[in-house]
Amino acid sequence: MGNLAWIFLSAAVINNFTLAMFLGLCPFMGVSGKVSTAVRMGAANTFVLTITALCVWALNTYILARAPYLQLISFIVVIASLVQIVEATIKKLSPVLFRELGIYLPLITTNCAILGLAIFQTNRGYGFLEGVVFALGAGVGLTLALVLMASIRESLELADIPAVTRGLGLILIIASSLSLAFMGFAGLLSGS
Amino acid sequence: MRKTTPREDFLAGIWRENPVLVTALGLCPTLAVTNSVANSLAMSAATFFVLVGSSFLVSSVRRWVPNEVRISTYILIIATFVSVADMALAALVPDIHKALGAFIALIVVNCIILGRQEAFASKNPVGRAVLDAAGNGIGFTITLLLMGGIREVLGKGSFLGVPLFGPHYEPWVIMILPPGGFLTLGVILLSLSAIQRRRTRRAEAAATGAARRAA
Repeated sequence: MGNLAWIFLSAAVINNFTLAMFLGLCPFMGVSGKVSTAVRMGAANTFVLTITALCVWALNTYILARAPYLQLISFIVVIASLVQIVEATIKKLSPVLFRELGIYLPLITTNCAILGLAIFQTNRGYGFLEGVVFALGAGVGLTLALVLMASIRESLELADIPAVTRGLGLILIIASSLSLAFMGFAGLLSGS
Repeated sequence: MRKTTPREDFLAGIWRENPVLVTALGLCPTLAVTNSVANSLAMSAATFFVLVGSSFLVSSVRRWVPNEVRISTYILIIATFVSVADMALAALVPDIHKALGAFIALIVVNCIILGRQEAFASKNPVGRAVLDAAGNGIGFTITLLLMGGIREVLGKGSFLGVPLFGPHYEPWVIMILPPGGFLTLGVILLSLSAIQRRRTRRAEAAATGAARRAA
């Protein structure tokens, strides 16, 4: 049990997917303008991450043990089709949820966080439960980073900043200080 | 759209439409693997190979790929080249392959590569597609080396592993850690935007000056 909690905590804050491992930067830069969209994007990501973890576990156990050179190709194909299936299912079952998440779902296919999760999960040899917990942790971490960034950017809307800093440069500098703050969580490592 | 010359195809990606600095694509590898010059070089070489290879193949088969499944086809082609690059790096430079870890595999989702296939290689003849890919690959390489150079020199006091400042230099360790990556790219982008603004202001001043003289 302690091991699982540790995997969760590690993925969510200590090795935060966005701020420490640079995965999923596209949504982090692209859709972090408003807190409400950031929360939805985070939720959509967490959802897809968890389902991916399940599929990757199945692939690893039943197929890739026999053909390891197909790893990358099969992961990307599975993720791409998975996102489309998830999209179609949500559209059918819950039109409300689909309206909320709709435009973000296709964007997730080319999100490096998803493929990154699949590869890390495989390299670290996580089992079924560990994989799911890892995915949940990664999703929480992504959401946290997105929401933090979005809240800062919402306040910046009203701030009087030099014209030259408007744009990606400033966002990266903010990300740098956020990342610095998250490095503090590494202290948890020595504490345990 | 105006027809471009092969020379322009090649040069656009290097600076004027630099994939990272101007269009902000491919940020993940730019930030993640540039903590040393050697890592940047290996990453650029792998990306260059994948970009040129897949542009060549996509452009060669562009007539036979149905429009509906084109993106999946591109992704499959890219994934194949990335698998080749992954295995080649593992065989040639095992240390660097280990340092880059999952990020070699993540070249598949580098938006620069898919972007060039969709925007250029799928619509142009093979020769021009390869030129365009090579230009973008070189543009990506320049950015990565710039990042890797700044971060390694400040963060470790060395360049390509060769110490520069002697034993009394206190390295800025933060530069080779994740925050340093964000900071370096942020500062580079801010400097570029400052230069850009100064240039437009100067051009405007020159234009008004000329107008006044004319009147």
